Amino acid sequence: MALVLNQEQSMLRDSARGFISDKAPVSHLRQLRDARDATGFSRELWKGFAEMGFSGLLVPEAFGGSGLGCVEAGIVMEEIGCTLMPSPYLATSVLAASALSRGGSDAQKSQYLPKISDGSLLAALAIDEGAKHRPLMTKLQAVRSGNGFKLSGDKAFVVDGHTADLLIVAARSAGSAGERDGLTLFLVDPKAKGIAIERTAMVDAHNAARIVFDNAEVNADGVLGEVDQGFALLEGVLNIGRAAVASEMVGLSEEVFGRTVTYLKERKQFGKLIGEFQALQHRAAQLYVDIEITRAAVLKALQTLDASFDKAGAAVAVAKARAGTTATLAVQEGVQMHGGMGMTDQFDIGFFMKRARVCQELFGDSNFHADQLARMKSY
Amino acid sequence: MSDLEKFRSETRAWLQANCPPEMRKPMTSDDDTFWGGRNTKFSSEPQRVWFERMRDKGWTVPDWPREYGGGGLDPAEHKVLRAEMAAMGARSPLSSFGIWMLGPALLKYGTEAQKQEHLPKIAAGLIRWCQGYSEPNAGSDLASLQTRAESDGDDYLITGQKIWTSYANYADWIFCLVRTDATAKKHDGISFILFDMASKGVSTKPILLISGYSPFCETFFDNVRVPKSHVVGTVNRGWDVAKYLLQHERAMISGMGERGVGRPLGQVAADSVGSDEQGRLEDPMLRGQIATFEIDEAALSAAAERAVDLAKAGQAHPAFSSAMKYYGTELNKRRHEILMSAGGVDALEWESERSRGGARPRAWLRTKANSIEGGTSEVMLGIVAKRILDLPGA
Repeated sequence: MALVLNQEQSMLRDSARGFISDKAPVSHLRQLRDARDATGFSRELWKGFAEMGFSGLLVPEAFGGSGLGCVEAGIVMEEIGCTLMPSPYLATSVLAASALSRGGSDAQKSQYLPKISDGSLLAALAIDEGAKHRPLMTKLQAVRSGNGFKLSGDKAFVVDGHTADLLIVAARSAGSAGERDGLTLFLVDPKAKGIAIERTAMVDAHNAARIVFDNAEVNADGVLGEVDQGFALLEGVLNIGRAAVASEMVGLSEEVFGRTVTYLKERKQFGKLIGEFQALQHRAAQLYVDIEITRAAVLKALQTLDASFDKAGAAVAVAKARAGTTATLAVQEGVQMHGGMGMTDQFDIGFFMKRARVCQELFGDSNFHADQLARMKSY
Repeated sequence: MSDLEKFRSETRAWLQANCPPEMRKPMTSDDDTFWGGRNTKFSSEPQRVWFERMRDKGWTVPDWPREYGGGGLDPAEHKVLRAEMAAMGARSPLSSFGIWMLGPALLKYGTEAQKQEHLPKIAAGLIRWCQGYSEPNAGSDLASLQTRAESDGDDYLITGQKIWTSYANYADWIFCLVRTDATAKKHDGISFILFDMASKGVSTKPILLISGYSPFCETFFDNVRVPKSHVVGTVNRGWDVAKYLLQHERAMISGMGERGVGRPLGQVAADSVGSDEQGRLEDPMLRGQIATFEIDEAALSAAAERAVDLAKAGQAHPAFSSAMKYYGTELNKRRHEILMSAGGVDALEWESERSRGGARPRAWLRTKANSIEGGTSEVMLGIVAKRILDLPGA
């Protein structure tokens, strides 16, 4: 397989780019932030996303989606990264759609996937509990109770948790924190008794929530996949999410870089365009190289997920780690090279810096994935 | 089965049947590389067998046309062959500046007679080439070169000095940049010419490097007589050929960042540093450095694959090889810094049996040239700034 987009994929990119840059430029995020919008994204735009077929991209055709792969999902994420469009796409169409298609029973798939595809159901994945992403350390307790389970514990950094119609919750049904065995995924109604959801406005003006479970009841048919054996399913879904966020960071890096190079060609000091100074030329060139290499690594991870899912772990770790360091560099250079203007809220660059910081933490930062890679390679 | 999958299974079977086991082990010394040429010797019988079998299939140069001794593979087949060779650890049967640098330039700029004369001999490993580019006063500023070619009937008389000529003392022929018009602007009076290193007036002097080796030479020309028909491309337009060739040279050098030492770096480090009960390196900072390095190495490898695919799709930027050259060489220097750190005191032994004659420190020192030869990192960044980013005044 060639490590470039094919014709259909290029067309998808063009249509996603057209829609997103037209309907949701960075000013869209700015408006939502300034208005302290309760939803944090535009439901009308999400309807448009569904009509374009994006919301059901990863949903199998049998359940009303287009049955496309991670490369296609990554293409949309990259375009989202270019304008920082706040959207349920990641939580609902990438994570929840993957979790349900990969782990759901026929009944669960029929119940939820068509609604994800047509944009009428929003979902969120509740994994993290502490300050850092450590899925193996999941402590939230699932205790058997009658025909089902009772969930107790805390979740943090649940992307779109405040608007979700469905929560997918990782819980420990056996064993103790740190063990692979004993994790179970549950489909939970966020309105159920014993669940308290607090929206946490984040630094990047995107959406997340803290959720407290206090003996929240789930029926046996709310188990996604197998009891105690949920880690493999979770890890697969997380890998899709990691590659998707890496794609978002590629789009974000590329956009910041483009804006910065444009600025270097406009801004004059000492009677010269600042882009004439070799100190800045070389830094810009280094950043360009960094972004291009990261772009290749991310596409490699997406293709590997589509071609041989179970062997994609290393490629995904490489992609997420690289994308994190590249985006961090891109936004820092972006602000620095914009000088004082880069520090102002009026300029968009700061929005990219804030989003990059959040994307770093999502599903494991660069250090986490470097450690993962070392473990995979036994050192 | 698609044609390509059929080609893959046939190729795998052929390689399995024909690549001697010794040729599937990681290279450990310079002797493991076969360079070809008039005075060449094989360092082992398996090396000879492997070379001859690959040569007979045209797979020393798999993507060159068959009429010039190549394998005639299309880009997709070539990618399959490379992947299959990499998967079994098969060594390259022939290393050659003729293959990496001159061949592509001849295929693009050479006359039919020049292609017929030189390409089959490169493919068959009969002639070993060296590159006459840099001069004592023309390094990064290559186009200021002064070696002159004076017209004398059907010939040129070439006089001047080259430096950093890789393996000039072993080479049979040289591809060389000479000034054919001393009055033109510096990029405009240069020609690209080929001649035999056995010609009267050619001499070489190896340069001792910090590694203790002498892979480079000073090369002197004193009225060397060369037929004008040996010019490749147009007289005085040699800079076009030179730049085109440099793209291939840079792609080759950037590949060094991907060429490992065989075993994963983490395991090499574990030999000397040791591991804890969970199998993690005892030195957590070094472990982090290695993992970060391996992330960048894997990303570079994907970028190299993508560069080839973009070129095939006609979407490659011609200056992208400069970007890869910069990153690949800096990465290779990092690899060897890590190897030295991992080896600790053991890696400091310079002349001992155990260190195989100081292989590790000598290789470490050799890599310092990577970001200088073929255009320094700073020159590469300048090219990216100017040709890709279009920054002003670059």
